[in-house]
Amino acid sequence: MADLKTTIGGLVMSNPVMTASGTFGYGVEYADFMDISRLGAVIVKGTTNKAREGNPYPRMAETPSGMLNAVGLQNKGVDYFVEHIYPMVHTLGCQTIVNVSGSSIDDYMETASALNRLEGIPAIELNISCPNVKEGGMAFGVKAESVFAVVSAVRKVYLKTLIVKLSPNVTDITEMARAAESAGADAVSLINTLLGMAIDAESRKPLLSTVTGGLSGPAVKPVALRMVWQTYKAVRIPVIGIGGICSASDAIEFMLAGASAIEIGTANFIDPSVSVKVIDGISAYLDRHGYSSVKQIIGALEC
Amino acid sequence: MKKYQFDLIVDSCRNVSVDTFLLKLTCPEGLPEVNPGQFAEFMVEGSAKTFLRRPISIHDTDMVRNTVSFLIRKVGAGTEQLSKLKPGDSVNVLLPLGNGFDCTSLRSRYPLLAGGGVGVAPLYLLGKYFASHGISPTFLFGGRTVSNLLRLEDFEKLGKVYATTDDGSFGERGVVTDHHVLQNENFDVIYACGPTPMLKAVAGYALRNGVACQVSLEHMMACGIGACLCCVEKTRKGNLCVCKDGPVFSIEELLWQI
Repeated sequence: MADLKTTIGGLVMSNPVMTASGTFGYGVEYADFMDISRLGAVIVKGTTNKAREGNPYPRMAETPSGMLNAVGLQNKGVDYFVEHIYPMVHTLGCQTIVNVSGSSIDDYMETASALNRLEGIPAIELNISCPNVKEGGMAFGVKAESVFAVVSAVRKVYLKTLIVKLSPNVTDITEMARAAESAGADAVSLINTLLGMAIDAESRKPLLSTVTGGLSGPAVKPVALRMVWQTYKAVRIPVIGIGGICSASDAIEFMLAGASAIEIGTANFIDPSVSVKVIDGISAYLDRHGYSSVKQIIGALEC
Repeated sequence: MKKYQFDLIVDSCRNVSVDTFLLKLTCPEGLPEVNPGQFAEFMVEGSAKTFLRRPISIHDTDMVRNTVSFLIRKVGAGTEQLSKLKPGDSVNVLLPLGNGFDCTSLRSRYPLLAGGGVGVAPLYLLGKYFASHGISPTFLFGGRTVSNLLRLEDFEKLGKVYATTDDGSFGERGVVTDHHVLQNENFDVIYACGPTPMLKAVAGYALRNGVACQVSLEHMMACGIGACLCCVEKTRKGNLCVCKDGPVFSIEELLWQI
């Protein structure tokens, strides 16, 4: 059996399959459907320094082969996470990575330094790409200078593995990836959702309370795959692939394009046990093709 | 309650009205315990327009035969596709989801079960619960017209059934809160499921008359298990997920203007 062990900076995982922030709760929500300790890591819901109510309902619209969401980072804040959620997720037997968001550089630093003190959290994913909040979020992720500013500020207070989650809503994602790398990021993950919109023609009204929202699911996969491939060629740090992954074949395609690991997001809503099927499918693929380690397929695209 | 992902086998799928069908599924692994008011999330195969699962109320269960039934109105591509299922087909379902109606701690002796349109679906299992505990529930159903009133003969086996229709084609003309039974009887708990305007009218009646009232909400959902935070309802405790913290809420938890 091929070795699935995956390393991202100082983060060592049993396999390259993670669950994407905002699609897997805190992991415990899925424990009835699968053995969550089999995951490489669970990336928990976007966490901010203060509690956030999120956006009004409706926050979701189904689209062809995907969905739009406008949740708006509803969470109870980092102090609540540290006091109430961390002690619980700590016992689930899987690595937990916290997705960190904010409206200002100080917000990001405050949350990151609170998480730096938690022994059981080996990494954070810096969300500079949320399209659903008015200030901050994506605003930090669409200019190379602000990517550099927020990542280097967080780097000073966060000493473990720092992953930066990039927005696809930019002209050239490789510029943002390079800015994150030069600011000291250990890895970049991409893509966050694509800014989109849906309308009900009968009522002439938008389907989301916020009018626009983030598109995810298989509909975005070709865009994500292209961006991962471009970014892989542009930076030396590991790239984590995200975007419409529903099967082992999808995950392998991202790895061939250069991803060292992958995140499964929207597919968890369709099949809550999809991630273990992806782990098993990657393993079978490696055996079938005579690879001894999953590392051998990273960037192995022949073109 | 533990949640399961099952491939259920279609036992029967038959129309009960022009736009509504009754889907009965067998659970070969053995059906888990279900609370009245809980729901299931259906995977819909073979419909290009349907990406997400469809949340559907559990209508009835048979723990001896391991069957679970759903009363479903065809409202879009997903439910249209489900209506085409044939005996022997397999359908992937997550269940039981959500909290269900509170039928124990409220200790109702004289419950009213109010349903609008296909909102009667979860009230059948709830009615069965009361009937099996020696309590005869009263049903009050509303519809636009007589063909929107579903399975009346089956509900009549569990308790007294009253009805209203907008056009007066069956029962009293008007909406459920106009029905005389509300003036004549003193119910101790009202359980309601149906369109939001109907639920708000029932909640208003309950509030004015000091009657405990539980309503089952229907919001658009993705995950069905409290992970995506898409189906929220504003409550006194902040935004709660209809899928996990509901779908049933006591009206005093909600921030409705009634």
